[in-house]
Amino acid sequence: MSGFKLAIAAVAVLGLAACSNNRWDDTANGSAGAGAGSGAGLGAGALDPASPAYFQQTIGDRVLFAVDQSTLSPEAQGILQGQARWLSQNADYAVTIEGHADEQGTREYNLALGARRANAAREYLISQGVAGSRLKVVSYGKERPLEICSAEACYAKNRRAVTVLAGGLTG
Amino acid sequence: MRKILAALLIGAAAAAGAGAAMAQDGPLRIEIDQGVIEPLPYAVPDFVPETPAAAEFASQIARVIAADLSGTGLFREVPASAHISKVTAFDSPVKYADWKAVNAQALITGAVSVNGSQLTVRFRGHDVFAEKELGTGLQFNGTTDGWRRMAHKVADAIYSRITGESGYFDSRVVYVSESGPKNDRRKRLAVMDYDGANVQYLTNSASIVLAPRFSPTGDRVLYTSYESGFPQIHVLDVGQVQRKVLSSGDGTMSFAPRFAPDGRTIVYSQTQGGNTDLFSMDINTGAKTRLTSAPSIETAPSFSPDGSQIVFESDRSGSQQLYVMPAGGGEARRISFGQGRYGTPVWSPRGDMIAFTKQNKGRFHIGVMRTDGSEERLLTASFLDEGPTWAPNGRVIMFTRESQGSAGRALLYSVDITGRNLKPVKTPDGASDPAWSPLQN
Repeated sequence: MSGFKLAIAAVAVLGLAACSNNRWDDTANGSAGAGAGSGAGLGAGALDPASPAYFQQTIGDRVLFAVDQSTLSPEAQGILQGQARWLSQNADYAVTIEGHADEQGTREYNLALGARRANAAREYLISQGVAGSRLKVVSYGKERPLEICSAEACYAKNRRAVTVLAGGLTG
Repeated sequence: MRKILAALLIGAAAAAGAGAAMAQDGPLRIEIDQGVIEPLPYAVPDFVPETPAAAEFASQIARVIAADLSGTGLFREVPASAHISKVTAFDSPVKYADWKAVNAQALITGAVSVNGSQLTVRFRGHDVFAEKELGTGLQFNGTTDGWRRMAHKVADAIYSRITGESGYFDSRVVYVSESGPKNDRRKRLAVMDYDGANVQYLTNSASIVLAPRFSPTGDRVLYTSYESGFPQIHVLDVGQVQRKVLSSGDGTMSFAPRFAPDGRTIVYSQTQGGNTDLFSMDINTGAKTRLTSAPSIETAPSFSPDGSQIVFESDRSGSQQLYVMPAGGGEARRISFGQGRYGTPVWSPRGDMIAFTKQNKGRFHIGVMRTDGSEERLLTASFLDEGPTWAPNGRVIMFTRESQGSAGRALLYSVDITGRNLKPVKTPDGASDPAWSPLQN
């Protein structure tokens, strides 16, 4: 199977949880802090700003959603603005936006919900000047959770739209 | 599929003299609708091997029949250790007094013969207290490797004679076999007998597969695969294991397919621009028809058995609820009005009920309701139950139950529509998304 990249470092999740500000923030931070401690020292300056790693870790490759919602929080919009700027400066990259849901829903509904989330991110990137032809969307519903506990701390991170750089010219 | 020929009335003569007894005693009968509290005791001694090679099947066939009947919760086996009589010849008169003494109300006797790879099973059911046969004896002919099916056929016949309902034991279940941890789950299609025997894998686990559904004749399976990178609908010929992609279009997601009773039309969800609607397709011509156009989610469609209506879920009201509309699209009426969210509706093969998943207060339930939404009953409750499928006779529901936490695992369970007899279905690995076949021919 192609194009399925879950190469997103746990570091990136930590970084995002710290700056995201939705209503699940407290629990999300609590759990993330307990889970891993190695990410904090990774300075943005260490990365090539044109690298996919910079996109993932410094810009932030994902936005999170509230339960059963697909609206973008102000924080999510901020991250997507950063993504749009990066994508306009790195025009070789095409993108697949992957929408995901937490496990608290039926399979088909979650597929549709993940599609809504991915599309919300896509529409926002388009509004920020990214060409729609560069932006595919796919939903994984609840099939690919990032975190596996059955608690809100994990669910909050699983309700996500991840902007995956799909390689454009080379990969 | 292997062929089994049902033939020959064995005990036709016995029916002639039984009129008086029948008038007095009435038939041996379980009324399923009454909610059976006390299972009916029955005995099924080892069948009589009539050729040397039949010996290995004679006992096993009786054991499968017993597992089928006792597994319903409606019957209780009187174990062999309690039997007084031994059945050594199929046509010898039954010593009813010996079976009355151990309180076996029903008795199943049979004989097995093997000729090369051909297996012949004959059986009779007996109403012990009326001292007469339960219907007429039957003979099934098949191959030795299909011996379990012949046992299921016998059990179906007995079940049917005592309950007045058609059976469901000679049926299969297609499902998603799961392995690996929650965040790296591997999924592949599998098909098995309804009781978990004869598991066969239909795909590899290189890409995600979801929600297989049988055709009305059980020869084909629709399912959703991520093989292309996007969810798309595939159809697979179960016998040949040949596959074909039905939906296409890069960047378009298609999922939640189900056959119409005609076996040629399918209904499914397609997502464009983040919005999920229902479509139908003639799978011979590829011609598509849009059935809904709303900004809400419309998914999980299921046809009524007469093909005239579709039940589906939609969040057009603001939360996930069930709706019924004409099969060609058009105005839909909401049928779910209780607390919580309702999804994955499936029309009963009898046409009288709709099974669904309900989510309420952090718990999941499998439930049933009348097709107008009345008489809602919840049959299960757990951390995560979902995706009901009906047994071919509309009396039993199988579904997915996933356990909680980081070691959470999906398994199949079945439950009577009375809510009784909840039990796991044996599978070699984790399992989800079961779909029950029609009764095999």
